Amino acid sequence: MTMEAYKYEDGSISYPGHPRGPGGTEPVDTVDLSEYTAEVITWTTSMATPPGVREPNSLAIVEFDVEGETVRAIGQLTTDEVDIGDAVEPVYVEELREPGAGIREPESQDWDGYRFEPV
Amino acid sequence: MERVAIIGASMTQFGKREGWIQDLLAEAGIECLEDAGVDASAVEHLYVSNMASGEFEGQTGVPNALAHDLDAVPAYTQRVDQTSSSGGAGIYAAWQSIASGTSDMTLLVGGEKMTHRTTGEATDVIASLTHPAEYKTGVTLPSFAGLTARHYLDRFDAPRESLGKVAVKNHKNGLDNPKAQFRKEVDLETVLESPIVADPLRLYDFCPITDGSAALLFCPEEVAKEYTDEYAVIAGVDGATDTHVVHEREDPTVMGGVVESGKGAYEMSGYGPEDIDVAELHDMFTILEFLQMEGLGFAEQGEAWKLVEEGYTERDTGELPVNTSGGLKSKGHPLGASGVAQGVEIYEQLVGEAGPRQVDADVGLTCNVGGFGNCVITTIMEAAQ
Repeated sequence: MTMEAYKYEDGSISYPGHPRGPGGTEPVDTVDLSEYTAEVITWTTSMATPPGVREPNSLAIVEFDVEGETVRAIGQLTTDEVDIGDAVEPVYVEELREPGAGIREPESQDWDGYRFEPV
Repeated sequence: MERVAIIGASMTQFGKREGWIQDLLAEAGIECLEDAGVDASAVEHLYVSNMASGEFEGQTGVPNALAHDLDAVPAYTQRVDQTSSSGGAGIYAAWQSIASGTSDMTLLVGGEKMTHRTTGEATDVIASLTHPAEYKTGVTLPSFAGLTARHYLDRFDAPRESLGKVAVKNHKNGLDNPKAQFRKEVDLETVLESPIVADPLRLYDFCPITDGSAALLFCPEEVAKEYTDEYAVIAGVDGATDTHVVHEREDPTVMGGVVESGKGAYEMSGYGPEDIDVAELHDMFTILEFLQMEGLGFAEQGEAWKLVEEGYTERDTGELPVNTSGGLKSKGHPLGASGVAQGVEIYEQLVGEAGPRQVDADVGLTCNVGGFGNCVITTIMEAAQ
């Protein structure tokens, strides 16, 4: 499992990847964000969560710096003891929410991924 | 291109309703036609704004069902789905049908039936609009609001109380709207001490889950004059998108869809932010009222909270009354109905039918936000000259 982001012709990176990037160009490479640390841009703890989601559910938008190019990601936090500007690292989790408990077809996507843990 | 007029409007009681989607749509549709004095047989196009009747209720094909229930067959019909901005998108579609000369009488009915679902289920239906990489984290639309609010307050050094004042204002306005789900005044202390939903946001920062529908009737201005002297005209309307994945936006406090649709509506109408007398903004969450005020040019970036603190958006004393209807916050948010209901409020303000909510207005604006700014429609209406 990797936290795969796409790199495009102009050097920009997106997570998740898209079939076309800036200027309609195709991705030229992938980057595994799980190998990098990130900075918390903002965070929240959701107290009212949908079926199959842990409650409470702390989430953050974080920013990775990949050799000078920034890319943001959203993810669950391992704790609500964080603040804006804190450094975090991705930690692998087999199941972020229970497949099939919500409305989304379980086979339509993967359910494992990464939580962010303060470094 | 035809100038497009609105000659009728209706809104059902919003809240927890016994009827199902087909009943709610028919209720608003019948009342709108009666309001305008137009027979259903005159309707050439019938648009239904609805996000998820299949997911909520297992009832699809609602446009055709409504055409039958209104006795509007053989009118052309289609469903307009743009998640929470389905209603605004319906206004855009109805405007296109008349402006292009394709239809001489277009009825738009927006509605949603939601309250039979638990909060978790309803939240999940709405969150299903997210990208798989977002959905698997369990993120909800209220969570996006919490994330954005924390960033906004921190970055612009805005007090938490300023968000609470949006809720206080809109609840106060809703007191005078007999169709609103919550006709209950709340004070700032109540807002700030209500249970946390997605911190820093609390219960009163969020709109409720709602059943209801609303309708508008459109025709060319020349046809409108055959029915009434009191009508409104669509001066400008535009829609735009932003990224599907919310965190990919360059600036978390800028909704590109608001900015772009606003630009388009201003350009088409010839009006600017300074010309708007009254606005209905999509306050699904209190923070959204700030982001739309800034995106539409009513305030500089990071400064909308100051206008709210100064009372600039108050109904009876402010320079720009915002959400005189009570907004989604007090009125409720039946997804597909909300954008249409915003239009109903501005129409009533422009034709002088807003009763105790009436403000002095010749030009009004609605901004209807889908997803977390993923799709946005901005509409500017003016009173008949």
